[in-house]
This record gives sequence, structure tokens and C-alpha cells, in this order.
Amino acid sequence: MSTTIVPATPPATPPAEVPRPAGAPEKGSRRPRWGTVLGWATMIVILLITLFPFYWMLRTAFSTNSELAAQAANLAPAGFTLDAFRRVFGLTTLEESLAQGGAGGRINFWLYLRNSVIMSTAITLGQVFFSAMAAYAFARLRWPGRNAVFAVFLSALMVPGIFTAIPNFVLIKELGLLNTFPGLVLPTFFMTPFAIFFLRQFFLGIPHEIEEAAMIDGASRGRTFLRIILPMSAAPITTLAVLTYIQAWNEYFWPLLVGQSDGVRVLTVALGIFRSQTPQGSPDWAGLMAATLVAALPIVLLFVVLGRRIVNSIGFSGIK
Amino acid sequence: MAVITTAAPAAARARPGRPRRPRYGDLRTALIFLIPATIGFVTFYLVPAVRGAWFSLTDYSVLAPPRFVGLDNYERLVQDPLFWNAMGVTAYYVVMNIGLQTVLAIAIAVLMQRLTRSAFVRGVVLLPYFVANVVVALVWFFMLDFQMGIVNVLLERVGLDPQAFFGDPALALPTIALINVWRHMGYTALLIFAGLQMIDQQVYEAAELDGAGPLRQFWSVTLPLLRPVLALVLVVTVTGSFQIFDTVAVTSAGGPVDATRVIYLYIYQLAFGQLDFGYASALSVVLFLVLLGVALLQLRLTRASESDTN
Repeated sequence: MSTTIVPATPPATPPAEVPRPAGAPEKGSRRPRWGTVLGWATMIVILLITLFPFYWMLRTAFSTNSELAAQAANLAPAGFTLDAFRRVFGLTTLEESLAQGGAGGRINFWLYLRNSVIMSTAITLGQVFFSAMAAYAFARLRWPGRNAVFAVFLSALMVPGIFTAIPNFVLIKELGLLNTFPGLVLPTFFMTPFAIFFLRQFFLGIPHEIEEAAMIDGASRGRTFLRIILPMSAAPITTLAVLTYIQAWNEYFWPLLVGQSDGVRVLTVALGIFRSQTPQGSPDWAGLMAATLVAALPIVLLFVVLGRRIVNSIGFSGIK
Repeated sequence: MAVITTAAPAAARARPGRPRRPRYGDLRTALIFLIPATIGFVTFYLVPAVRGAWFSLTDYSVLAPPRFVGLDNYERLVQDPLFWNAMGVTAYYVVMNIGLQTVLAIAIAVLMQRLTRSAFVRGVVLLPYFVANVVVALVWFFMLDFQMGIVNVLLERVGLDPQAFFGDPALALPTIALINVWRHMGYTALLIFAGLQMIDQQVYEAAELDGAGPLRQFWSVTLPLLRPVLALVLVVTVTGSFQIFDTVAVTSAGGPVDATRVIYLYIYQLAFGQLDFGYASALSVVLFLVLLGVALLQLRLTRASESDTN
């Protein structure tokens, strides 16, 4: 629901790992070692607790429902099969699905995957580009009232989502955009206060000389923005795009309000419906875990590829 | 979304000199650059905020135009036991969630600070935060299932009774709080970790020279110097925690017997279940004011802007 990532300025001083003076290694050379062992033991437990649910989701997704009960604690898939994925992607007939312990409801996660991709891509493209334009106006252009207007834009951060979600729902309904992609995308297509804030921080740091040189050569502001500022900010823009994409991909509340119909239903909403359809007595756990895997995998892959960039973007933007 | 920063006002104040520029500077260009963002801001933030406040003074079902009813919705709210239940449930959730999460996050941050700077470790710790709430909720929903869940299987192996984590009114809310502790603790830890980097190493060296052990250093150096960062982290995590919805919506759906009907879920049900948009808007106005109040109170109590050093 709420993300708090702020461009981290690189630490002013390199992380201080002060080498122990050669003269005094004796003091406490044994105790810290025990402390270190204990520390690593705790750390490994934390890492295991963090990773185990991911493994469990994977393991269960490749299991057979009828075997799951007997092998509830088996670390390997219980009766290895791809049936759960076939059910989730709508590749089985109703009879097959029911025989495998499926809910039998009409589900097609290819479609929901496609919808999630369309929605997240559209939001990311619009939000990042338009927020970059605004951030440029707030960071590099000089005009009266600039800081006041920026403060007004930022104040939107304080408003809880549901407060604007109700009127926004009414607006989307009035525009006849319920159950359409524009309805899903529009509220976050033009800006978010966070995106503007994030990029403004970086634009502030670009030396003025570069821009002035381009303008002396006769480039307009628009040209300078497209040809100089944007390429120079490729790194933060990529980071913001990744964060925006993940945020859009994971969003549940807004798509739940305006995107219920099959043609625009995204993965998170589909998961909620799948869960509520699943029979009470013996839920289709393998199918449910296969479905969550489909929803989580793109983000996990993105994270593996771009993890370092994301990790480094978390911090504070200049608390002294 | 929320942002932690203390830099914005300072940065905005910078650069007062505007050498040989016309009076309105780049106003024309700025207006052009701001067109799309302004459309978005006015249409989807500013006007809805005003409209939401207006709805809260009306009887509105979306099917017919809103009818002005004055403060009726607010009077109804004061006497609505479900509203007070929802506020109580939410407050209980926030206390459990934030309490545990903050303690664990500080522990993880300090551990990372002392042990490793590995991006891999930080990446793993951060991973749950980037997976959708709905996914996290469903995976834990399975792992905590009464019959098939691995947690209950393990409980039985060590001779304990299996627990109906989502079926027991006393357990459901703590369970959901714990699931979100799992999702958020790594992220919070990284924010605190970033704060730890800003503490001057010389302070630790001085403490060590004075004979302070690791525990003493933690209580007397780390915690006090971390306070400004911690205060900001808390404002953001508490604000987010109050808006718990996804996890509840796909697991317990408010039950058993209203034990997990948090305020967000109640507002959602009022608006989109009963089409009572006017009353739902009044509740979201109150939620907004509560969040604002809690944030201001926190900043005051923790004197976030001051550090102990200067």
C-alpha cells in the first residue's frame, strides 16, 4: 500500500571499517568471535524464515492435491505434476479439473497475466515520463511560486488512498470507464507525488553548466530535457520505472474497485476470486499456489536482475 | 504512498540568486512541462479530496444524486458500534504489527551493520516487501491452514495442538499482524540500516575507549542517535499499517465475528457492498484526520527533527 523509497545519496564517507591497530588486538578477541557466530546464526535463521514461504509456494505448486494431505511436511513436491499450472492456465476440461481437486471455475491466468502486463506497462510509461517533466519544471526551471506549487503536489502524500478512491471510483463510473484499461490506469498515469519527488532530487544534482552549454548551442528547453537531462538520469529513471512497475503489478485495491470483469482482471484480483471460489472443505491448494507463483514470479525475476539497484535506492535523501 | 524526507524543504530553499533572468523566469516553459502532471493532480487528487469531503455530508448511493444531510453521517458514526469496533481492531493491529516489526527491524539492521554489507543479504531481506500483499497473504494462508498447513504439522510434531489461526477470533488478528511483520520487517530494517550508516563511527570508538560493551553501546549510543530516523520510519510505517486491507480481504474477510474487520475493510464494505457512499466518505474523512493526528503526535513526542547530539 505505501512505499517509502527515497533516492539515497551516496554515503558521504565510505563505510568506516576501521582496521584495528596492530598493537591492541588482544582485548576481547575471543568474545566478539562468539558474538559473531551467534550473530550469523541469527542472521541465517532470519534469511531462512524469509525464503521458506517462497520455497513452499514453489513446492506446493508442483504437487498433486490428493497427495498433499498425506505428505503435508514433505519438503519435495507431493506427487510431482504440472497439473496445477494446467488448471490455472485453463488448459484442463471441467471434469479433469474437478478430478484433480480444482474448483472448476473458469480461470485463465494467461489472460490475467496479459492484463497485469498491459496495466503495469501503461502506468509505468505515463507516470515516469510525465513525472519527469514535472520534476524538471520543479528542479531546473525558475518561476514564481515554484516551491509553493511543489509543496501542494507533495501534500497529496498525506491523504490515505481510500479517501480519494471513493470519489475517483465515482468519476471513473461517470466517465463510463469501469472495467476498461483506461479506468485502471488513469489515476496513476499522469503523476504520483512520490515519482515527482524522487526524480526532482536527482535533477537538482545535475550541474547547470551542462544545460547552459546546450542552450548556448541553441537547443530549446524541450530539446535539452529530452536530449540531455533524460539520458543523464537514465539510472534513477530506471530505478523509478522498476519501482513503479512493481507497485502497479502488486496493486489490489483500485483494480478490485474498477476492474472486475474478465477482460481487464489483473492477477491480484484474480487471485482473490480464485481463493474465494475454492471449495471450503478441500481447497485447491496446489492450484492456488501455482496461481500465486504466476503472480509473483515476474517480480521475483525482476528483483533478481535489478536487485542491487533496488536495494541501493532504499535509504534517506539527506537526513544530516 | 509515503515518503520519508527531511531534505525537501532545505533543498527547495536553496539557490535564491537568479542571475539576469526576466521577472517570470521560465514560467511559460514550466507551465508546459507541468500540464500532464497538473491534469493528474487536479483530476485524481485535488478534486476527489474536495468531492470526498462533500460526499461525507450527503446521503449518496451512486444510483441517485447526492442529497445534502448536514452532519448526519458524523452523528451516525459516533453511535455506530461497528465503527468503534473497526477503529479498535485497527488500533490493536497497528500496535502489534508496528511493535514487533520495529523491534525486529532494529535487530536485523544492527546485525547487518555488524556482520555484513552484502547486497545479497540485503536483497533477500527485502524480497518479501516487493511481492504483492495478496500473494503473501495466500501463501501464509496455506502455510497456516488448520489441516494441511506446514506450521500446524510442525506444531503437532513437537506435541502441541494445531491452531485455527484464521478461525479463532483471538488468533486471527495477531496472525495477520505477524504475516505483515514478515513482509515488512526487512524493508524497515533497510531504512534503519541506512540511518545507522549516518552515525559517526568516532562516537563508537569513544564509547569503546570508555569501556562500553556492545550492549551498552547499543543503548547509549545507537538508539539515541537513531531516534530522528526511527521517528520518521515510524510515522511512515504506522500510517501504512493503519491502511491494512489486502491481507484481511483475501484471508479472513473481516471474520470471525468481526475480529478482523479493520477500518479500511469496513469503509470498503459500506461503499461497495451497501452503496452507502456518503457514510463511507464520512468514515474516510475521520480516518484521514486520525492519521494526520497520529503523525503529528508522533513527530512531537519523538522530537523527530532534533538529534541528541546537536
